[in-house]
Amino acid sequence: MVSVLLRFIGRSTLAFVREVGRMGWFLLYSGYMIARRPGSPLQILKQIKFIGAKSLFVIFLTAAFTGMVLGLQGYYTLAKFGSEGMLGTAVALSLIRELGPVLTALMVTGRAGSAITAEIGIMRISEQIDALETMALDPFKYLVTPKLIAAMIALPLLCAIFDTVGIYGGWLVGVKLLGVNPGAYFYEMEKSVVWRDVYSGFVKSFSFGVIIAWIGCYKGYFAGHGAEGVSRATTESVVLTSVLVLVWDYFLTSVML
Amino acid sequence: MIRMTNVHKSFGDQKVLNGLNLEIPAGDITAVIGPSGEGKSVLLKHIIGLMKPDSGRIEVDGESILDIRRSQLNRIREKFGMLFQNAALFDSMTVFENVAFPLQEKTRLPKEEIEQRVRSALEDVGLKNVNGKYPDELSGGMKKRVGLARALLLNPKIILFDEPTTGLDPIIKRAIHQLIKETHQKFGFTAVIVSHEIPEIFDIAQNVAMLFRGEILQIGTSEEIRNSGHPVVRQFISGSLDGPIQLV
Repeated sequence: MVSVLLRFIGRSTLAFVREVGRMGWFLLYSGYMIARRPGSPLQILKQIKFIGAKSLFVIFLTAAFTGMVLGLQGYYTLAKFGSEGMLGTAVALSLIRELGPVLTALMVTGRAGSAITAEIGIMRISEQIDALETMALDPFKYLVTPKLIAAMIALPLLCAIFDTVGIYGGWLVGVKLLGVNPGAYFYEMEKSVVWRDVYSGFVKSFSFGVIIAWIGCYKGYFAGHGAEGVSRATTESVVLTSVLVLVWDYFLTSVML
Repeated sequence: MIRMTNVHKSFGDQKVLNGLNLEIPAGDITAVIGPSGEGKSVLLKHIIGLMKPDSGRIEVDGESILDIRRSQLNRIREKFGMLFQNAALFDSMTVFENVAFPLQEKTRLPKEEIEQRVRSALEDVGLKNVNGKYPDELSGGMKKRVGLARALLLNPKIILFDEPTTGLDPIIKRAIHQLIKETHQKFGFTAVIVSHEIPEIFDIAQNVAMLFRGEILQIGTSEEIRNSGHPVVRQFISGSLDGPIQLV
């Protein structure tokens, strides 16, 4: 009984270490390929359109309602201390430092990260990746690096849009519905938000872009057999990316606070 | 020449290649036959380095393809073309883009010449007016022919065919076999064909190797294998249910 348990623990640990090692190798090799053969600019633009432009609607919608909820909740809390004028600061700092990058990343993970895994996974099971290799072409140049570069560019841009729309969502509720002074809303915000806040949001969204493309491509590249393998890879990709985004967010916040 | 020496490969507890030895002579068509699930496709993937053996040696023209850098492996792969079982066409590209892809990526030919060579390659495999179609708009036979055109385009020295006619009707099957024979005569490449097409394969291949239980049971000329006295080979060729090959 004990030996069975020990064998199980040993096997699981080995599998975990192997998986982490393979993921690390995948990221390192992707970085090497970005430096050497980043792929064609047209491919990168196509991916920016797919990851970035096509996520705009969902980002607008999420940002507007997040900003509006922050406006409501912030007003409710600040009104208790008679500090409704600080609403703009509360909304902006929450969005720029935290919610903007994280919610943008989670939305893009659901929309584009899953699609990246499914696309590469289907190419894997239908031997299209093998076909590239038999032509002596590196699949990373065509499948991985354009997506990684595109995500690194698109995520900060989407995050900036998220922050802006969210701030106006908060303004709509705070100023137009609840009667907060419009001058105070923007003046207090301008006074409190410093470059470091914007910079930390940028660093977060940039690194979240790397995580989304990395895990999305990795899970697709090593997808299992058949439709079930792709479906499992897609689910694992979304779950792992979301968890990593939140863990990495905590780490970055603690470093950049 | 391709040489596989004492190649072993297992997936978990399942031994697929079990000390396999095989020599494929240059310039000939060699067919690999054997019951389903015996590792014929695995064998092909080992030859081109898509899979690595657990142990053993694999050489192409005297060069080992194992334990070498990726760039060296790619240099050896330049000699190969491969037609996959399901053609493995890029599904987001049209027929034209699929066939042109290796030329665009591996040569600096002008656009007009690429267009001309792709058109001619497609005509060679009997396809016209399909340039703008996507793979999912093609029949199985057409996909295989597009795959063949793509495999032939860079004039490879060695072409690997993984069940090129499985699932096709008898006429298309014959057309594909004819095409392989004609293109082989025209270009003189070394061909390795994994196939279940008995007895048609004996008319195409010069050499036939029988894979059974992870080993090459017998190899010889088509005539030798066709008239083999080995009970396993005889049962496989005749398709008999009685004999040493058990279904389960």
